[in-house]
Amino acid sequence: MTRLIAARLGQSLVVVLVMSFVIYGLIGLMPGDPIDLMISADPNVTAADAARLKALYGLDRPIWARYLAWLTAAADGDLGYSRLFSRPVLEVLGPRLANTALLMSLALGLALLIAVPAGVAAARRPGSLLDRSINLVCFAGVSVPPFWFALLLLLLFAVVLGWLPAGGVETIGDGGMLDRARHLILPVITLSVASVAAYTRHVRGALIEVLREDYVRTARAKGLAERPVVWRHGLRNALIPVVTVLALDFGALFSGALITETMFSYQGMGKTIYDAIMGNDYNLALVGLLLATALTLAANFAADLAYGWLDPRIRYRGGVER
Amino acid sequence: MSVLTHPRASTPRRLAWRRFQSHRLALVSAVVLALLVVLALAAPLIALALGVAVDDVDLFLRLGPPSGAHPLGTDVLGRDLLLRLLHGGRVSLAVGVSSAMVAAVIGTIVGIVAGFFGGRLDAVLMRFADGVISLPLLPLLIVLAAVDPGKIGIPESIASSEAFSLYRIIGIISLVGWTTVARLARAATMALRERDFIQVAVAQGFGPARIMVRHILPNAASPILVATTLTVGNVILFESVLSFLGLGIQPPVASWGNMLTGAQELIWQAPMQAVWPGMLIFVTVICFNFLGDGLQDALDPRSGTGTIPR
Repeated sequence: MTRLIAARLGQSLVVVLVMSFVIYGLIGLMPGDPIDLMISADPNVTAADAARLKALYGLDRPIWARYLAWLTAAADGDLGYSRLFSRPVLEVLGPRLANTALLMSLALGLALLIAVPAGVAAARRPGSLLDRSINLVCFAGVSVPPFWFALLLLLLFAVVLGWLPAGGVETIGDGGMLDRARHLILPVITLSVASVAAYTRHVRGALIEVLREDYVRTARAKGLAERPVVWRHGLRNALIPVVTVLALDFGALFSGALITETMFSYQGMGKTIYDAIMGNDYNLALVGLLLATALTLAANFAADLAYGWLDPRIRYRGGVER
Repeated sequence: MSVLTHPRASTPRRLAWRRFQSHRLALVSAVVLALLVVLALAAPLIALALGVAVDDVDLFLRLGPPSGAHPLGTDVLGRDLLLRLLHGGRVSLAVGVSSAMVAAVIGTIVGIVAGFFGGRLDAVLMRFADGVISLPLLPLLIVLAAVDPGKIGIPESIASSEAFSLYRIIGIISLVGWTTVARLARAATMALRERDFIQVAVAQGFGPARIMVRHILPNAASPILVATTLTVGNVILFESVLSFLGLGIQPPVASWGNMLTGAQELIWQAPMQAVWPGMLIFVTVICFNFLGDGLQDALDPRSGTGTIPR
């Protein structure tokens, strides 16, 4: 088991390294370059000056050399300065990471709170009117463009009813708990819609399968009431695959967070990465993207571990297979 | 129970068609999609009937209300909203279907090769597919879409053309859209590989390429078709998000996504500008998802509940 974990950790590390090179290369291909940005305000700079500046900052070297230089500095903990915020990249990203973590965990919690009961209700009577209605809602949930859903929420709650703020993390000059919570409501709903739909279908599918198992029939045969059969014997086992789906979904959830945060001007990782790419803030974009990738890989890794831990049958068969 | 009593009733194709018909939502979706395609194609005729062109700017009629000449009103530059929606539909549907096709070709090749050869090649390909699925795709797509074509040696004259931005978004989305098809094609191939007729073909000494193309591909067509249909919906969502963020289809060419770009600032004055394009994206995507679900029930009845991809 330990060897397996070590191997997977090694794999993930390699993927992060490869991704760091890919992203580094791609960011170099974005329009403009740092020197252009530096000198754009100064009409007296000649082409020769620009070339000298380029050489001074090492931008005339081949890409792998620049990448290695970046990597060496990064290994020392120097991830560079953000152009947009004029502060070290990590100082910018830290609080935003916390904002996103709050948003994502609330959205995940809400999604589970809705999806588990809905999935159970659907699975208890497959094909019933209730099941079909839930199915319909799920289809709608995965088909709705998230940014449009956010627009509709804004239209209803911020424009027509005027109950909730249209964006931001907090009202300037307020910033109390209640105020922050009010700013979170619409983003959390937006972000959880697709997850609710996906998890409901997973819970339903897994539970239908589990309810066909022998031990469920045994539980029923010994006269156990339907409720404990479904919730204790059924759901407990049905949730195992759902837990892994949840962790594997991290990447999708993060992508969703980018849209949600941008729509509601919520200062999180997703919006920061988007702003950094749009604003030619190379360092910030690079580190933000890498951090997002690393977190996603970590979540996948956790999913693999959780699967083996929750379902001993897999562990004993040897190897964590997906 | 003689087979001969209903000689025509039980061909696989008829059975599939009957199962498809019993999925009423899929049937309705097919009709709705057909209607959307016809309307989008008929956009020039509708323009003729209304007496306005899509690109006709009328700054005296900005955000105009619905009227005889403008059934849905006008947008922020006074262009006819209905015509823009129909032209946007052409782009969104074309991008959706062609990206899904490209993705399906990639996915089919990867899936069948992985499933047929198995072993280490299979492990590598599927690990790669898993990796692509689990990455935070949207931020990466945004970087890809932001790449300056001039820096990879594409001349300015090509890079700034309308066709290029279309091909570019199709290419970008296909890069990530192939995984669903690959997984299903692989599963189908692995099941087929054990079947007698494939074993016979192997024993007869046919090369792997011939077996994969002539024997496996036709028999794996159903799951591939289902996965491709489901992919279309997802791809249209991706296109709309990228265009909405200003990185996909570039104005003045309309797409449902980029029509929503300015709608957020206008939401106080002109909410319908935000409602219509999004509604059409939603309807189109849900129709493709229902259609995929119906096709799955019809072509692959044993696969059970069906799944909608994220």
